[in-house]
Amino acid sequence: MTTIDTAVGPAEAMVLNMGPQHPSTHGVLRVILELDGETVLKAKPVIGYLHTGIEKSCEAKTYSQCITLTDRIDYLAPLSNNLAFCLAAERLIGIEVPKRAQYIRVLLTELTRISSHLVWLGTHAIDLGAMSVFLYCFREREEILKIYEYVSGQRMMTSYFRIGGLALEPPPGWLDQVKRVVDVMPGHIDAYEELLTENRIWIARTKGIGYLSPEDAMAMGISGPLLRASGVPYDVRKVFPYSSYDEFDFEMKTSNDCDSYARYTVRVAEMRESLKIIRQAMDKIPAEGPFRAEVPGVIPPSREEMKTSIEGLIYHFKIFTEGFAPPPGEVYQLIESPRGELGVFMASDGSAKPYRVKFRTPSFVNLQSLPKLCEGRLIADVVTCIGTTDIVLGEVDR
Amino acid sequence: MESEQAGKNPVVQKLRDWDSQAVAEVIDFRGETTVVVPVRSLLRTCEVLARDLGFTYLSDITPVDRFPLEPRFELNYHLLCLDRNERLRVRVKLPGKEPLLHSVTPVWPTANWHEREAFDLFGIRFDGHPDLTRIFMPDEWEGYPLRKDYPVEGYR
Repeated sequence: MTTIDTAVGPAEAMVLNMGPQHPSTHGVLRVILELDGETVLKAKPVIGYLHTGIEKSCEAKTYSQCITLTDRIDYLAPLSNNLAFCLAAERLIGIEVPKRAQYIRVLLTELTRISSHLVWLGTHAIDLGAMSVFLYCFREREEILKIYEYVSGQRMMTSYFRIGGLALEPPPGWLDQVKRVVDVMPGHIDAYEELLTENRIWIARTKGIGYLSPEDAMAMGISGPLLRASGVPYDVRKVFPYSSYDEFDFEMKTSNDCDSYARYTVRVAEMRESLKIIRQAMDKIPAEGPFRAEVPGVIPPSREEMKTSIEGLIYHFKIFTEGFAPPPGEVYQLIESPRGELGVFMASDGSAKPYRVKFRTPSFVNLQSLPKLCEGRLIADVVTCIGTTDIVLGEVDR
Repeated sequence: MESEQAGKNPVVQKLRDWDSQAVAEVIDFRGETTVVVPVRSLLRTCEVLARDLGFTYLSDITPVDRFPLEPRFELNYHLLCLDRNERLRVRVKLPGKEPLLHSVTPVWPTANWHEREAFDLFGIRFDGHPDLTRIFMPDEWEGYPLRKDYPVEGYR
């Protein structure tokens, strides 16, 4: 946290405090702006208002118990966080997840990407004055949340991925629901594009605004659509495939324009690519088969086994009272979340609780680019620059 | 306990060719290579890694507290080389009493906030950091919450 130092800067500079309660900051972000008239001389993001100590809490819980905390880091993409945590724990223990569960994970995380991009598009558009796009985006997002609810029982804090696979067998008919959404989505995306892509106001507010050169982006550790819109082809799904992403055919969308408009086109193109992946996953997912690995003592036995066999009962009891202990060591597992490279560093000391969990969250790192994006621009462009980085404050502050 | 394979890693070999003292230990676990580097030569090693070996992207800096062991703190630098799609973890170890090391912000500007986080939550200080202030906790906060001797519920 930082107090405002009015003594800095030229004598005529005005210091303005934007946030932490400001509709365009998407949560509780505070930006200290130093202004010369309407021009931003300096911008300094101040964070920490949403710090909940998730990493510290993880150290006091068993591995399985931590999963519910991961939902709350990036609350717009809960399944991506679940996936990153589970993959890290699985690698630490050395579990191979059944293919069926891997494909279902891919399908659901791609749905997450679409729903997260929809929230971004809607809020970014409303920040810049396009009200109707917001309403349409949230209407479609709701359809995706209904799928989450149908599959996991929760709209938002799903905790559906568990170490070794999934929490439950997906209910019958869930793929029909996915199909219904996937079939209408391309038309909806066309509709958003019709409203924005050639809209003169939209172009005036985003084109050339928030320039970020590829060199700066790399130096600042930017990832995700922000990095790809600066022309750097880095997508974790392609570069370090996880959860069988290497079996899917999709393109990595990049742009060389490096501005807010480029980020808009990259994200919209990504939604279409996600739909492609979802369609492939729907064909790949076998109708039957295990939805989680069988590792006695680590993965809970099935309900039936727990009720009928003594080993099953003992394992069930031990897993839920003591947890399980991975071998000592460290892993750094990364995935491509909707916002970029989401890394989980997990260290085990051989006990049932993680010794240290660190979430390398893309929003935290991407927010560092904000001064670079908006310094020298008008104060109205600060709103564009915050929107275009697509930050989630829960993820920034953890 | 350096495994045969880990020592043959080309990056490790190049680092050793550059300075025989550059790498103190190499650890291979689950397909990830960790290079333990002496604290005093960290900045020079990072410069070589970024400039000559292509590790231009710093993903993350993760501090770990090994209390009550000594050296108490570990800092893990997760590096990425996009040309070769290669990852590397560089680790330094720091004493529990006045942990201090040189900032890597001259090499990777992204380290700025990561180092502020390490300072805020672990009390590790960085020499040459442009703005070493607390990032999550309030300025007047006492103690470093992610240290192992700090209670989970905080002091009441």
